[in-house]
Amino acid sequence: MADARTLVESVLREQSGRIIATLIRLSGSFDRAEEAMQEAFTSALIHWPEKGIPQNPGAWITAVAHRKLIDSVRRETTRVEKQDSISYETSIAQSSTPDIDDDLAMQYPDDRLRLIFTCCHPALNLEAQVALTLRTLGGLATPEIARAFLAPETTVAQRLVRAKKKIQTARIPYEIPPPERLAERLTAAMAVIYLIFNEGYSATSGASLIRRDLCREAIRLGRILSQLVPEETEVTGLLALMLLQDSRRETRVNAAGDLMTLEEQDRSRWDRAEIEEGTRLVEAALRRRRVGPYQLQAAIAAVHANASSSDATDWNEIAALYGELAAVSPTPVVAFNRAVAIAMSQGW
Amino acid sequence: MRYMLLIYRSEPQGPPPSAEEARRMTDAHWALMDETKKLGIFRGAEPLEPATTATTLRMQDGKTVTLDGPFAETKEQLAGYYILDCNNLDEAIGWAAKLPMPCNGAQGCVEIRPIRPLPVREEAPAAGQYAATVNG
Repeated sequence: MADARTLVESVLREQSGRIIATLIRLSGSFDRAEEAMQEAFTSALIHWPEKGIPQNPGAWITAVAHRKLIDSVRRETTRVEKQDSISYETSIAQSSTPDIDDDLAMQYPDDRLRLIFTCCHPALNLEAQVALTLRTLGGLATPEIARAFLAPETTVAQRLVRAKKKIQTARIPYEIPPPERLAERLTAAMAVIYLIFNEGYSATSGASLIRRDLCREAIRLGRILSQLVPEETEVTGLLALMLLQDSRRETRVNAAGDLMTLEEQDRSRWDRAEIEEGTRLVEAALRRRRVGPYQLQAAIAAVHANASSSDATDWNEIAALYGELAAVSPTPVVAFNRAVAIAMSQGW
Repeated sequence: MRYMLLIYRSEPQGPPPSAEEARRMTDAHWALMDETKKLGIFRGAEPLEPATTATTLRMQDGKTVTLDGPFAETKEQLAGYYILDCNNLDEAIGWAAKLPMPCNGAQGCVEIRPIRPLPVREEAPAAGQYAATVNG
């Protein structure tokens, strides 16, 4: 039945991040969670065509994977009773009931946030943080991550194995950091979320040049993060920046798949809702006067997004914003864009 | 899970620390030991004599050679350790950050290593003998 297969694939693509986050909490192990999720998706391919599609496919997968987790923990427990790491996992697995209803995901809305803080833990190196987040939360396959990094597949695979082993062996906690550590963990988490967004925005794989699901996932993560720490203006800035960039998704490439410049894009097809939300967010953040690179980039994007044409753009404003951005993040790209904005503001 | 906090520091080159400075450090260590003992997570802590007193054994051409000095001549040398029983790495990081000397700028650092439990022996000839020394 083609319908069931298509549905399994879409659940895998859109919900695997959420499902794996829950399974990691239940099992205390990235590997067991991945294994159980794969088995559950395989079961779905067999059962759904025969018995019909469940009302909440994501919850079905989670429940089946959870049962498989419990079975495998039981098998392990009888095999090696005394091993410390296993008993750690067992105690986690047994601390929650095996009966899962459709509300499971609703009861633990923070699972993905836990996951992102674990994946972005400073005890892991940055490359591992990004790879792990893309693999688990982004649902990317190892070859896709390899292409995003321009790194050999084996390197990325090793990176993932090493990172998961360290999380398990050194017991990197699966929790949202306490208030006194939250700030230092945020910077890494924001960098990773933005990287996921960019992976979706300038996708290196997939049928379409823009992988909507990755952009959506990054925006969703940015939203959760900004709800958790509403006082962090840079997190708001990041969310605004992603929304404003995403608003141009339909016009960024033409029918032939080539990238279009801002001047060439059909502005009537920009997503007004995203522009309005992004603009509102960045204005609110800037009013709190704790400016940072994400807010400044969002502000620049907002000026572009709210101009009716390239000529009508307030290039003075953009040049000034790039000036501020160059002060906090002096990169060649920023310097170049600033020079362009200054030239444009002088009518060149 | 037990973690070993390995304290590395550059060994003093200039004048020794003042009496108050030395006193402040010692007090801070006592305070940390008291606090972790009270919580029942303290499993041991000892300072080491400087690396100038170290002796290293190496195998060369199948023979044991005894050498003067530490195993590696690095700027920072192992100066002492703590063993603490923590729930997770973040707890261990929290205690490491409280160590008085090493996080003080360029003076040194703390390496945190999870302690691997001894493997269970099929037939333990003297049960508990080895584990006892490690568990304290």
